[in-house]
Amino acid sequence: MSRRTKIAAVLVFLGILHGLAIFAGFLAPYPYAEQHREFPYAPPTRIHFSGLHPYVQDSTRSYPIQFLVHGRLFGVPAPGVIFLLGSDAYGRDLFSRLLYGGRVSLLTGLLAAFLSLGLGLVLGTAAGFYGGWLDQILMRGGELVMALPWLYLLLAVRAFLPLHITTVQAFFLIVVIIGGAGWVRPARLIRGVVLSARERGFVLAARGFGASDAYLIRRHILPLTLGVVLTQATVLIPQYILAEVALSFLGLGVGEPVPSWGNMLAEAQEYHALVAHGWMLAPGLAIIPVLLGYLVLADTFIAPAGRAR
Amino acid sequence: MRYIGRRLLHGLLLLVGVSLLSFLFANLAPGDYFSELRTDPRVSAETVAALRAQSGLDRPLPVRYAAWVASVLRGDFGYSLAYNSPVGPLLWGRVRATLLLTGTATLLAWLIALPLGTWNATARGKWGDSVSKVVLSCLLAIPDLLLAIVFLMLAVESGYFPAGGMVSPGWASLSGPERVGDVAWHLALPVAVLVLGMLPTLVRHVRASMAEAIDSPFALSARAQGIPRQRLLFRHLLPAAANPLISLAGFSLGTLLSASLLIEVVMGWPGLGPLFLEAIMARDFALVLAVVMLSASFLVAGNLLADILLYRMDPRIRMK
Repeated sequence: MSRRTKIAAVLVFLGILHGLAIFAGFLAPYPYAEQHREFPYAPPTRIHFSGLHPYVQDSTRSYPIQFLVHGRLFGVPAPGVIFLLGSDAYGRDLFSRLLYGGRVSLLTGLLAAFLSLGLGLVLGTAAGFYGGWLDQILMRGGELVMALPWLYLLLAVRAFLPLHITTVQAFFLIVVIIGGAGWVRPARLIRGVVLSARERGFVLAARGFGASDAYLIRRHILPLTLGVVLTQATVLIPQYILAEVALSFLGLGVGEPVPSWGNMLAEAQEYHALVAHGWMLAPGLAIIPVLLGYLVLADTFIAPAGRAR
Repeated sequence: MRYIGRRLLHGLLLLVGVSLLSFLFANLAPGDYFSELRTDPRVSAETVAALRAQSGLDRPLPVRYAAWVASVLRGDFGYSLAYNSPVGPLLWGRVRATLLLTGTATLLAWLIALPLGTWNATARGKWGDSVSKVVLSCLLAIPDLLLAIVFLMLAVESGYFPAGGMVSPGWASLSGPERVGDVAWHLALPVAVLVLGMLPTLVRHVRASMAEAIDSPFALSARAQGIPRQRLLFRHLLPAAANPLISLAGFSLGTLLSASLLIEVVMGWPGLGPLFLEAIMARDFALVLAVVMLSASFLVAGNLLADILLYRMDPRIRMK
């Protein structure tokens, strides 16, 4: 498979996964907080077929699965329930929560990576292009940030911010924490690229013609950093998804009733859930294809650079 | 020697910087341990103010920083309000547990990664290498957190391994060797998770740098002189390939400590992780600060050690 088709295939795969989360409102049969108190820890619903018509049944009667009802892709008529992946302690549909939770977790990864790369691009370019005291301050500051193990750093920053906040605030707070704490590595790499780019012949020539700094950076230097930025994105996004999962798992991120893969896993960790209700692990399993996609993407980005060396 | 001294100074300065920064942040933080008290209608504002004065929270920042540094030098690390005791004694047992866990895991991971990576490097292009590559890539895609929960689930279901903790109840009454065995039994699962989490990265790097060494001209000439394969690989090529691996060992320490934090929380291992989480939830900033400083010291010390080792192993660095 050529590199191009491989990248395209992985991008389509990741696009589908993200699409599932984005269209949670349509694909999920239930809202994320809807409780069916009479069905706590229901196992995944079995789907039967009569001919081509799928239906579900409880002990007394069967309910046909209806498609495109109430603005959702599928559902079953009222007294019946459909839990494709089972339900949690409050009888909430795990499949629906998984899709909605993916929204939070995947979006955190994307937004935080965007923030990190933006910061890294600005600070790294400034440090590399202007050098001198600015470079010194930024790089020494970066060393301070890097002196902490990343999860300890995230928790420490989180510790010094308010604990009791709304879920929306919590979401943006952890995006800012995760993204803001991660600027150092991209900034260092971009600084390296800018340092060498600054001395390239065409940049010196443009400078000799009297080009302004802003023009040089925009026209000649930033395009050269594109490779590093893309590679870093494929490395940072999965790492940040995991960071969100870790924070929410520890109860310091997005909290109930809004689902995220992290706080859903925290429920799975409870003793009885662990032993008798294996389907509660679904959010943990859902992370795997996402990580795998980004890993393959990162590999295909990095591999040719490694071969050229 | 001057090189080592310079690295040492650099590490110390880093730690001072981290402490200043986190102290500043802790003071900008809205609320402290007493702000939780203030919401209690039975506690008057005067009482809270008096308590704050008693614990020195109302003094100016530089004074408090100086007092904190003095208490760090005494080994107290400030005063924990939640535990109502100096922080130091709370820490040492936790530090021992975390170091035991991460140390064992590191040792084991390298003991597996070195031969496996070397073997992969010699078998490049053969099916064994491809299989191990695929397996390790899949392993890389499984979050440590999930692995820890699944292992815990298996432990509970099978009953072969304890469901968390570091020692069994009644540990104190066991004899010496039994105690060690009991801790090792509890250590097995968290160490397994950590090792599985580290292995893909380590093997990949060992493979890459061994492959480079194997392809080098000196390896060819050594082989031509008839040096046996095992000896060639482990006595001649591994030291030549060690350089990037030592740096990696230093770098990967941060990831290791982070993974360890999560696993400690899931598996109930009484290390720094659970203590840190409790301190954050109680807004016990003295304890938070101490854990932050400790984790930074581990990382800085680990990198320093890697630097010194590199310096000893590689004459090229000494020349610079």
